[in-house]
Amino acid sequence: MPKVEHQGRARAVKTVRVTLAIALCIIYLIPVLWMLSTAFKPREAIVAVPPKITFNPTMEGFVSLFTKRSTLTRMQMEQYQQRTDLSWWDKVALERGLAIIGPSQYVDRVKNSLIIAGISTIAAVTLGLLSAYAFSRFRVRAQADWLFFILSTRMLPPVVVTIPIFLMYRQLGLFDTHIGLILLYTAFNLSLSVWLLKGFVDEIPREYEEAALVDGYSRWQAFRKIVLPQSVTGIAATAVFSLIFAWNEYAFALMLTSDRARTAPPSIPSVVGTAGREWAATAAGSLLFLIPVVIVAFAVRKYLLRGITFGAIRQ
Amino acid sequence: MIRTKVRDASDKQPAISRYRSRHVLSDAALKRLFLWPTLALLISINIFPLFYSLYLSFTTYSAIANQPPVWVGLQNYRDILNDSQLWIYFRNTGRFVLLTVSLQTIIGFGLALLLREKFRASGVITTLILIPMMLSPVVVGLFWKLIFDPSYGIFNYLLGYPAGRGPEWLASKELALWAVVIVDVWMWSPFVMLLCLAGLSAIPDYLYEAAEIDRASSLYQFWRITLPQVAPLLLIAVLFRTIEAFKTFDLVMGLTGGGPGDATELVAVNLYRLAFLGQWNTGKASALAYIVLVIIIAVSNIYIKYLNRIKEG
Repeated sequence: MPKVEHQGRARAVKTVRVTLAIALCIIYLIPVLWMLSTAFKPREAIVAVPPKITFNPTMEGFVSLFTKRSTLTRMQMEQYQQRTDLSWWDKVALERGLAIIGPSQYVDRVKNSLIIAGISTIAAVTLGLLSAYAFSRFRVRAQADWLFFILSTRMLPPVVVTIPIFLMYRQLGLFDTHIGLILLYTAFNLSLSVWLLKGFVDEIPREYEEAALVDGYSRWQAFRKIVLPQSVTGIAATAVFSLIFAWNEYAFALMLTSDRARTAPPSIPSVVGTAGREWAATAAGSLLFLIPVVIVAFAVRKYLLRGITFGAIRQ
Repeated sequence: MIRTKVRDASDKQPAISRYRSRHVLSDAALKRLFLWPTLALLISINIFPLFYSLYLSFTTYSAIANQPPVWVGLQNYRDILNDSQLWIYFRNTGRFVLLTVSLQTIIGFGLALLLREKFRASGVITTLILIPMMLSPVVVGLFWKLIFDPSYGIFNYLLGYPAGRGPEWLASKELALWAVVIVDVWMWSPFVMLLCLAGLSAIPDYLYEAAEIDRASSLYQFWRITLPQVAPLLLIAVLFRTIEAFKTFDLVMGLTGGGPGDATELVAVNLYRLAFLGQWNTGKASALAYIVLVIIIAVSNIYIKYLNRIKEG
């Protein structure tokens, strides 16, 4: 019976396919898992040859990421060990013969990242929604050209734009300020936000607003009370993509900030301790930095395709 | 739901019309109000700087010197085109783009074919594979440095080399560019996969059913149905990736910093060095920036034209 044979073969093919897919997925995730485990490894385990899979987890990496430490002399150490008011992070540092003397720069960098990414996302989504609505509902002269222009701004390599912006910012006193980076990230995210949101607004039937206008709503009220609630999903998805861009951005931050407004990405490479690079701290910093991105990306996975193609492809 | 909302509002009409008489905004005014903040920001942050750097590219100027720009005409462009060192960087970039984009395309397409038909874990796997794409390239580059380490890195270990005997990925001139390619492919194959999956899911089933009736081989089905149907989306993916690969900066800065020697010095990395380190050669850097810009625009246009032809044909 050829039919049965055919089915048997199909099942075998499927088993192979599924096994292969799972195996590839695991291989794919090894670097991420390695980062995860390195963040919790003690120093010896990180440089162990051959690489160690099992180890005693420690918070050493996180402690050295968040704190500034100084080496203790033996006498100081004995004094320290007698103290009872030590917190767990003090104890972790003490095991290495170190005392915590304050928070590290990383804390400030992450704070800067949060402020800059947060505000620029809100600004990009707000401005983007307004222009998306205008492009979607009103007749705009040379609409296609404007939209193409908006998209083309995203194609520019950051390094190319930074030279004149650096000079401009220096003149205006915006170099190494939060507002400088916020303006820049807002501008760069606007292309994405206008394109994505225009797609979402286009999908809201015009009839709703027209009915509202007939009922005596003003345009602004119709926008606020009908279009806004209807495009909440689009706004959320757009916000996530803008947030990821601003949160991960490296080139502008490297070239346009030095200390006060520096964000986390350009500073993670410089987490170097007394004994060369502290990989546990680097991994801990990377991990904490990546977790929010993974969570929000997971939340909008349905719109991922739409987001990365600027709304060109809908699924 | 909306309808009831609208009707509710109409009950309170007197209040609304009073409100309206105070704040009356015509559609045209609203349109301008909605559009201009965006356009003004884009013009001041993107367009004005481009003209400014076009001017700078014709001058000798250093941002850290206290001297105004001096007009030198095409001198910067002439210098760049005659600079054999820069040609090496362009060649590095070309090799990198070619290798990384073609590998991503093959792997991404392969992954998409594997995950095409749904099985129990396929949704989770697809999402998990997309994680690398969301990460910060500089952090990824930095972390792969540890993975590539010749003595305690996991990469050589998994390839089966005894500790310390495997290739030194980041210290060897031949392998360093490959190391960057490997990481870039790891990060971005999922992007190609995602687009291919979208393309595959849009292929109508009847095409395969008809081929099945005609007893067409699966290889024939792949060449005659799958590939042509996915081609438009695959090309979009290749376009995006080519442009992005040409701009690669963060990853290299995190992984190799352009070394060893100049083995992984891509144009974008060198541009940064030229503009912001050492001599701060702002004028020459602007000229190089413009050359890069022209190349990117040219590449985008070729692809867009090709894409349109496929759509029409």
